[in-house]
Amino acid sequence: MRRPGQTSIQEKSKDFKGSMIRLLNNLKPWKIIIIASLTLALISAILSLIAPNKLSDFTDYISNGLVPKTEKIVEISQKIEQNIEKSNIEKKLESIISNNNLSNEEKIQTIEVMKKMNNSKDKEESIALMSLLPDKVLSYLINDIEIDGVTITAKDQVAVLKLLSEKENIKDKNEVLSLIDKLPPKVYNLVKPEINMEKIKSLAIFMAIIYILSALFNYIQSFSLSTVSNRFANKLRDEISKKINKLPLKYFDTHENGDILSRVTNDVDTVAQNLNNSLATLVTSITLFLGSMLMMFITNWLMAITAVLSTLVGFILMFIILGKSQKYFNQKQEELGNINGYIEEMYSGHNVVKAYNGTKETFAKFEQLNNKLYIANKKSQFLSGMMHPIMGFVGNFGYVMVCIVGALLVINDVISFGVIVAFMIYIRLFTNPLSQIAQAMSSLQSTAAASERVFEFLDEKEMPDESNITKKLKSTKVKGEIEFKNVKFGYEPGRNIIKDFSVKVEPGQKIAIVGPTGAGKTTLVNLLMKFYDINNGEIIIDGISTKELSRENIHSLFIMVLQDTWLFEGSIRDNVKFNKENVSDREIWEVLRVVGVDHFVKTLPGDLDYKLGDNDTVSQGQKQLLTIARGMIEDAPFLILDEATSNVDTRTEELVQKAMDKLTQGRTSFIIAHRLSTIKNADLILVMKDGNIIEQGNHNELMARNGFYTELYNSQFEL
Amino acid sequence: MFKLFKNFTKKDIILIITCISLVTLHVWLELKIPDYMSAITQLVQTDGSKMSDILQQGTYMIVCAFSSLICNIIVGYFAARISSGFSVTLRKKIFEKVENMGIAEIKKFSTSSLINRTTNDVTQVEMLIGMGLQAMVKAPIMAVSAIFKILNKGFEWSVLVAVCVAVLLFVVSTLMIIVLPRFEKVQKLIDKINSVTRENLSGIRVIRAFNAEKYQTNKFSNVNDELTKMQMFNQRCFAIMNPIMNLVMNGLTLGIYIIGAILIEKAGMLEKINLFSDMVVFSSYGMHVIMSFLMLTIIFMMVPRAQISANRINEVLDEEISIKDGTFTEKTKEVGTVEFKNVSFKYPDADEYVLKNISFKANKGETIAFIGSTGSGKSTLINLIPRFYDVTEGEVIVDGINVKEYKQEILFNKLGYVPQKAVMFTGTVASNVSYGDNGRPKIEMDKIKEAVKVAQGEEFVEKMENKYNSHIARGGTNISGGQKQRLAIARAIARDPEIYIFDDSFSALDYKTDAILRKELKKYTKNATSIIVAQRIGTIINADKIIVLDEGKCVGVGTHKQLLKTCDVYKEIALSQLSKEELENA
Repeated sequence: MRRPGQTSIQEKSKDFKGSMIRLLNNLKPWKIIIIASLTLALISAILSLIAPNKLSDFTDYISNGLVPKTEKIVEISQKIEQNIEKSNIEKKLESIISNNNLSNEEKIQTIEVMKKMNNSKDKEESIALMSLLPDKVLSYLINDIEIDGVTITAKDQVAVLKLLSEKENIKDKNEVLSLIDKLPPKVYNLVKPEINMEKIKSLAIFMAIIYILSALFNYIQSFSLSTVSNRFANKLRDEISKKINKLPLKYFDTHENGDILSRVTNDVDTVAQNLNNSLATLVTSITLFLGSMLMMFITNWLMAITAVLSTLVGFILMFIILGKSQKYFNQKQEELGNINGYIEEMYSGHNVVKAYNGTKETFAKFEQLNNKLYIANKKSQFLSGMMHPIMGFVGNFGYVMVCIVGALLVINDVISFGVIVAFMIYIRLFTNPLSQIAQAMSSLQSTAAASERVFEFLDEKEMPDESNITKKLKSTKVKGEIEFKNVKFGYEPGRNIIKDFSVKVEPGQKIAIVGPTGAGKTTLVNLLMKFYDINNGEIIIDGISTKELSRENIHSLFIMVLQDTWLFEGSIRDNVKFNKENVSDREIWEVLRVVGVDHFVKTLPGDLDYKLGDNDTVSQGQKQLLTIARGMIEDAPFLILDEATSNVDTRTEELVQKAMDKLTQGRTSFIIAHRLSTIKNADLILVMKDGNIIEQGNHNELMARNGFYTELYNSQFEL
Repeated sequence: MFKLFKNFTKKDIILIITCISLVTLHVWLELKIPDYMSAITQLVQTDGSKMSDILQQGTYMIVCAFSSLICNIIVGYFAARISSGFSVTLRKKIFEKVENMGIAEIKKFSTSSLINRTTNDVTQVEMLIGMGLQAMVKAPIMAVSAIFKILNKGFEWSVLVAVCVAVLLFVVSTLMIIVLPRFEKVQKLIDKINSVTRENLSGIRVIRAFNAEKYQTNKFSNVNDELTKMQMFNQRCFAIMNPIMNLVMNGLTLGIYIIGAILIEKAGMLEKINLFSDMVVFSSYGMHVIMSFLMLTIIFMMVPRAQISANRINEVLDEEISIKDGTFTEKTKEVGTVEFKNVSFKYPDADEYVLKNISFKANKGETIAFIGSTGSGKSTLINLIPRFYDVTEGEVIVDGINVKEYKQEILFNKLGYVPQKAVMFTGTVASNVSYGDNGRPKIEMDKIKEAVKVAQGEEFVEKMENKYNSHIARGGTNISGGQKQRLAIARAIARDPEIYIFDDSFSALDYKTDAILRKELKKYTKNATSIIVAQRIGTIINADKIIVLDEGKCVGVGTHKQLLKTCDVYKEIALSQLSKEELENA
């Protein structure tokens, strides 16, 4: 199933070669496994190439057993005839009659035959007559002869001669064969075609071994390659996850989260899966392709040329279609994306569509998009569906050509039938890999493109190294003094939005930051937390410039509670204690009590173990309280506080306010205020507009100034 | 699933029947090929056959193969046409159905689920039909015909083929039983890795502030390892598939030959040649049988998945729309009045009332405001006016007529509704402001500009690159929340409605903009009635009438000043936002 956002559009990489080399370099830790698996793939391909040849031998052995030994028949008949001539039958016959050993009946029979024989001059007829003689008479008349150690009795001799003489008159081949079946068993055994069962047996065993080995190698190979590719994916994902922590915040403010997300999942997945499939496929396919071509030429060059030529046309056709269908496929993906986007848009804006009578317009637009999709879809489906049958036909066509040319050659005794059988398999081995090579190549293309995106992310410039920083402020010993000294800052070089800002904050003071949305209130947070480096000037904490302190150290001095209540999927306990270790449940309950959510948490199933997720049980305000609790657990001398959103109901809002007040006690606090009433008692109010601090002072001073602050303050009572 | 098939048109059905007959023909031709093969084999084997005979058989075979290709291509074309046509019709049906749904139905399914049903589920069904028309029809026909062809040609060989089929089916189904449930787990883990990453990105400031990078990395690592383990297991299982398949197929050929050797050795002269050609044929039919069974297994794996999708689609199509359109289209005598008469409301499946016995009347030109804590029912109340829901008890009357009697289009023409969450559509600033149809000629540019100006959007729109023709991205992601809200308000203004409905539409604006906007709006819409839901006291402080809601009941009606004295709930809300002295000063 396709994940949303994941498309199969063929991506072209910017630098295919470079990316592939980099990719292979990254695979170095698994070099041995990869080489071993590819070798196994190679061996297994070679084995499957040997097999058809052996199968051809196999067929030859069998077909040897189809035709009776004609020479033997000739030899036997000659010997019998000679024997009979030597036997001087007529003379013997006369003496036989006087022989008393015969019964009267036999005598009469013999005499009758003799009479007839005398009348007939035809040799054939006389043989037929002879077969009517009693066995005793015959054995007396004709001596037994021995051929290849087998004694053939007189009766059998006559029978053979009789059958052979019948053969002369028969033209139909099948009847001739059935005559041979009627030969006396002893003679039949001499002429019957023999399959060399010993050879067949050893060949069968050999082939079975080849097949099993080939399957085994194949399995080991894909087993180890999938191991490698998954480990590799694991490593890439881990690297990306670690990289996220090393990048400056600027990166995240200027890049979309969705983009990074798709690198972690889709791109890594593409790299790993394609690598897994295409590497082995490529090795096997190329080996099979070249190998089968080679084997064909070794076996019989004329048939090899026939095979190659007859499949070539098909391939050209196939590649043309492949190119065409790719175009329509991309088009289809695009149209599908368009319509899905439109559907999403219209469904989410359903109430507006309805209330503004936009339904008609919407249907018309949908119809239009739907029809476009229909056309692209139909074409791409049709073209991509054509690939398989054409491949099948190419196979069949090659097959027939091989058969015809093969038959010609067999008839002219150039090759044996087994060669045709071998070629039937070669042609399959030869046609399959080409399309696989094409597929593997295009999947390598998208691998390169995906890996480029992954590496691009991993190559992003990291935050400056801080290993040379030696100074350290202990959070328990900090007084809480902070000073901005001629601070200048801008997000883009050359465009300072904070121009020369200076202020000194005494321990325990409360500083409020106000201004309309988008005025850049978070900029100050960014600078305080050293999320961004200031361009000029200094921020000094307890006499030490933040430039001389590590980010980690600074972070440990601040509690930060932001407006967007960031909680993760996990239990309430995990969310409140977060990364702080050795926090007992008692401490957590204590904090929850202070912020006033202990009662609520107790009502939840499993209280502290309650899993926070996408459910609505926990309201926005309660979430806010939980983040405050988390801040309290951390406990640090400075506080950055972003006030609650307006989406909180009044009662919770009061709780949040109280909890925040408690949090500010005894800490130097920076409060981003949305509601002016709460900050009137602040020691210092910084008024921001368009990213800059335009006014500063306490409430009364600012009101006296009758400036922007006054305007802002009064606007909350106006209509 | 079959219910969905009713959506096929007559033409489709004719095409489908054509497809089935073509597939049958295709299979017949395909299976004819080995016959010619065996004929050629026999010719080659016997002495004295004429070359012309072989050529003739060869030509037949190629003609066969080519006709089968043509059949296949035609079937492919029809299949593509039918399946994409089907999905287009289906998609359209669902879309139109959803667009006609009321909010109650949409909530029941949830928007994201409806999106999925219209997109992914349709694609699933389409895929099954596309594949099905070719493979699903072909596989059984192929299997049956191939089996018939070989059935009387040798018992021993048939047994061998049966054994091979059994082995393959066993392997494939075992694999599926083991792997399929794990596939779902992999999907869940991928979702999880996504959510942990999203969490890392969205909480990046918090994570850094708490020095919790390592904590989060460990969390990611755990999921990552779990995912890798699961995926590796799946792939290792699947790795067995290919070798086994090859082994079985090769084994089948070898087995057929070994059996052949034994049979031929035993047989009489007449039988030998026939057996031999049978053997060659068998090895290719056997392959066909095996392939068709494999194909069938794969389809059987696909059907349940498509079935689930089909059911999900049917659920949407079968859903009864609760809002029935009225018939009233005439001009009303009253203008700009909204009246609630003893209105109570509860959600269809809920036990408790969200609104209980609400009555009020707004006259032309008045501003009526609703305030209350979350869950007090303000938004629900306001949604009853455009009939997003129907009341459970009582009446909602607009311009003297019950809203249920209006043809919805006529009702909507009277209203200018601005939702809590500003909705932007892909297009331009102008196309967003002039969106919809108000029963009058299309809104002109001058009007658009005027509306944007009143909504305090002129400044930022003028700063945009193409001003009013600037592009608005999907969902309005290229402008800020406050800007979106201002354009949404402008959209309502441009519509010139009799009645404005603001569902907490000022929350994303700062106090100052909020104040100016309302002042300008008041000036501009002197004759229009406004119904406002708000969180901030400031927004509603000057309303003609403020209605205080608490747990669905009306607990106070009056002006700001009156309510401060008479209504405790109102006072509580006011005090939480402004200090006492500020309230008195105001």
